[in-house]
Amino acid sequence: MHNKTIAEISRDLAAGEYSSEEITKDLLTRVSKLDKDINSFITVTEEQALAQAKAADATRAAGNASAWTGVPMAHKDIFCTNGVLTTCGSKMLSNFEAPYDATVVSNFNNAGAVSLGKLNMDEFAMGSSNENSFYGPVANPWDTDRVPGGSSGGSAAAVAARFVPGATATDTGGSIRQPAALCGVTGLKPTYGRISRWGMIAYASSLDQAGTITRTAEDAAMMMNVMAGFDAKDSTSVDRDVPDYTATLDNSIEGMTIGLPKEYFRDDLSADMQQQVRNAIAEYEKMGAKVKEISLPNTHLAIPAYYVIAPSECSANLSRMDGVRFGHRCEDPKDIEDLYCRSRGEGFGEEVKRRIMIGSYALSAGFYDAYYKKAQQVRRLIKNDFVTAFNDVDIIMGPVTPTPAFKRGEKTADPVEMYLEDIFTIALNLAGLPGMSVPCGQVAVDGGKQLPVGLQLIGNFFDEARLLNAGHKFQQATDWHLKTPTGI
Amino acid sequence: MALDQDQVRKIASLARLQIDENQISEYQTNLSNILHLVDQLSAVDTDGVEPMAHPLDAVQRLRADVVTEENQREHFQKIAPATAEGHYLVPRVVE
Repeated sequence: MHNKTIAEISRDLAAGEYSSEEITKDLLTRVSKLDKDINSFITVTEEQALAQAKAADATRAAGNASAWTGVPMAHKDIFCTNGVLTTCGSKMLSNFEAPYDATVVSNFNNAGAVSLGKLNMDEFAMGSSNENSFYGPVANPWDTDRVPGGSSGGSAAAVAARFVPGATATDTGGSIRQPAALCGVTGLKPTYGRISRWGMIAYASSLDQAGTITRTAEDAAMMMNVMAGFDAKDSTSVDRDVPDYTATLDNSIEGMTIGLPKEYFRDDLSADMQQQVRNAIAEYEKMGAKVKEISLPNTHLAIPAYYVIAPSECSANLSRMDGVRFGHRCEDPKDIEDLYCRSRGEGFGEEVKRRIMIGSYALSAGFYDAYYKKAQQVRRLIKNDFVTAFNDVDIIMGPVTPTPAFKRGEKTADPVEMYLEDIFTIALNLAGLPGMSVPCGQVAVDGGKQLPVGLQLIGNFFDEARLLNAGHKFQQATDWHLKTPTGI
Repeated sequence: MALDQDQVRKIASLARLQIDENQISEYQTNLSNILHLVDQLSAVDTDGVEPMAHPLDAVQRLRADVVTEENQREHFQKIAPATAEGHYLVPRVVE
């Protein structure tokens, strides 16, 4: 049962093959037996999950079921869940039971989905390896000595380990696409503003966006149908019609023009990774797509611009964690300064402190123009590269990551080395564009182990349906998304 | 841009973060490396480029000035570290 996709479970439940309670119990048992080696869950909400499953079965018996009724999934622990621990991977929120549901969570509850719990992540979504969690690192199901990527490492690992068929996730600089690539699953980061961020704990507000991690593009479309849409409670939410993302999955892609940015196929991408991505592009050519080389000349500036903008915004957003209204508070503060400094010093991990400090420095008196304003100007240059490119092409494709999953501890000594992991993903967040990672091959690492490789699909603003269509067609023609880690 | 240790202490203080004295040198190295990375921006010609605050150049929506939220003070204060009579408690600020 655990190998079923969201679409298959939805059909099976409708056909009465099994009940929501049965599959929910099956998956909960799997999590309790196997997650000790993966550490993908921070909180398993067994009682609530079983209650939701029973309610879903009753809804179905009454003849009121819809596509999501009784389908199991789980949420990244960045989404607030009413009365349920919501940690954001931090000691700071290790006692925080959110007093309300995020809009995304409400949407899944209202659709009748069953949430198994809250998934591990890099603290406050800052990281590319899931080694920054207060709740311990997450292991990659393909090789438990390796990282699953981050920051949505728990979401990607839980889907790869077949604990849940789909999970919510968030992406500020690659946090959906990179872990999806490293875990051999499908990840979609929609256009900035497409999904409500209300109740999604903020990291960098001009970049953060919620999205999906699933096994297939079809399942991502089903999640998008629940998640996308305007929300008056999120001031960055975009009021724009939402299509039925499942309706266009099977459209022909004949004549589609694929842009290949020459900056994404340079020496920092190993030859065998490059070969897997090229093979995937060739598959699209077989389906009738055309390929055109393009240039995104400011690509190399994306990481520097990001590491001004994101830390600046996080230093402001995380100022709310002050030990006064919720979260960790130090023992016996001697005055208000001590209360702030010690609560925050004890509650935040190293990477979070580094980013807050970089942001505080960049925004401090006298430095604003040199850092934040400059980065926002460079950001426009990066966006303009994409706008120009989309005059000539329908979709852009390239790698997601420069390497397959790396070993735990391999990149923790130097933060800058870890930052370079996001070289192909970060520009999209700066531009606000949608992007998707689809499993497209495997490469051998030491000892002959095979690790998954991701193909990145980049769309124009609000062109998620085209990404899902292109991802689905690829998955109809190939079986990389069906590959399963050994022992899973 | 390399930071000295006093600058690291100053930034930590601005950010209201207590940093152990024996970690200052590690922060000094790491923060200096990050600033070195972002210093690439200074070489870029951005004359006349409008800073980009929002990917879709959207502006804040306005709404009618009416009450839309009900008072949930007790509900929200249940998760607070210390409260009394509807207030959040902090150490004495004014003598």
